[in-house]
Amino acid sequence: MPSLKDLKNRIGSVKNTRKITKAMQMVAAAKLRRAQEAAEAARPFAERMTAVMSALAAGVGTGEGAPKLLAGNGRDQVHLLVVMTSERGLCGGFNSSIVKLARLKANELVTAGKTVKILTVGKKGREQLRRDWGQTFVGHVDMSEVKRVGYANAQGVAREVMAAFEAGEADVVTIFYNRFQSVISQIPTMQQVIPAKFETANVTALYDYEPSEEAILADLLPRGVATQIFTALLENGASEQGARMSAMDNATRNAGDMINKLTIQFNRSRQAAITKELIEIISGAEAL
Amino acid sequence: MASTVQFDLVSPERRLASFPATEVQIPGAMGDLTAMEGHASTITSLRPGVLRVIAADGMKAYIVTGGFAEISATGVSVLAEQAVPLNELTPAALDALVADACEAAAVNSDKDAADKAVADLYAMRAAAGI
Repeated sequence: MPSLKDLKNRIGSVKNTRKITKAMQMVAAAKLRRAQEAAEAARPFAERMTAVMSALAAGVGTGEGAPKLLAGNGRDQVHLLVVMTSERGLCGGFNSSIVKLARLKANELVTAGKTVKILTVGKKGREQLRRDWGQTFVGHVDMSEVKRVGYANAQGVAREVMAAFEAGEADVVTIFYNRFQSVISQIPTMQQVIPAKFETANVTALYDYEPSEEAILADLLPRGVATQIFTALLENGASEQGARMSAMDNATRNAGDMINKLTIQFNRSRQAAITKELIEIISGAEAL
Repeated sequence: MASTVQFDLVSPERRLASFPATEVQIPGAMGDLTAMEGHASTITSLRPGVLRVIAADGMKAYIVTGGFAEISATGVSVLAEQAVPLNELTPAALDALVADACEAAAVNSDKDAADKAVADLYAMRAAAGI
């Protein structure tokens, strides 16, 4: 049985924890709004880009002479997995869910006899993957200095990925991130970026192309990769804040419950102590 | 009232402009072109240059680097990799762009294309009058 003083200290410390988690939740809420706005602002570009590229890709096809980023380099041996996670913890299952999906895919590929390489973005995922997949790491992009994800960050990642592809060090590139659906639900998603995959295009209008279709497509594909990565980074940013917000909300609520429980325990012990003292006094008086 | 087209300028990070315009002058990869209402549907890639838009309330100019433009009879959407309104452009930012392009040209295997990008930027600087 803990003493009254212990209980009081305990309640004090849980109260402090609650204050911290509450503050973190509010910060996450503010950041989430900003992240969501950024994700929304980037949407028109990504949508148009995809629409035009899928129309072009349908026109050019994946036959002989098609750009490599679209048709692939004809091999399917080395898979580069780009695992995007956060730089900070305390965000519930956010990082674990991405890592879990990446692990699943990596295991599947290894079983199929493929070579797996992993590029990590954000250090939390790297820490989780290090034990099992540490020897497959080919690089790491540090985002801890980045306050606000910009297109330039995505271009940096894209450049690294494309360099690996062009050097023949990777045949297929897949990115892993959390798609933001709502504050309580983020969907771990994997998306193949090289060779580019498009949903069947519904060509709405016939266009003149200047210069040729192939030239535009060759020009656009690298940008398309960067755009996809940018979208993924933004979605990830919003998801992270959402996950953190709900995790901290839960923590705040748990702390509240715990405080109630401890307070009851504290009151009971105090009452027991008082009763005990009274009994001692009364029985002492009766004995006289 | 002159007939108008819907003009959209979108960069990866945000939508910069969206309003009806009478005329859009685009720095296309194969040369400048002007889009007005009823233009044939065209997709063209961009070179670094000045994009001028003439609307009811006057002309607006933007600096764009790379990307593409989608022109239809009723609208012009410009998807630029980077776009800055001309009046917000500082010489320092322009210098940074040029420096980036020079750096890229130094390592690029396609020497002609990279040199052209640098040349385009110098031309753009001249056109912007900075």
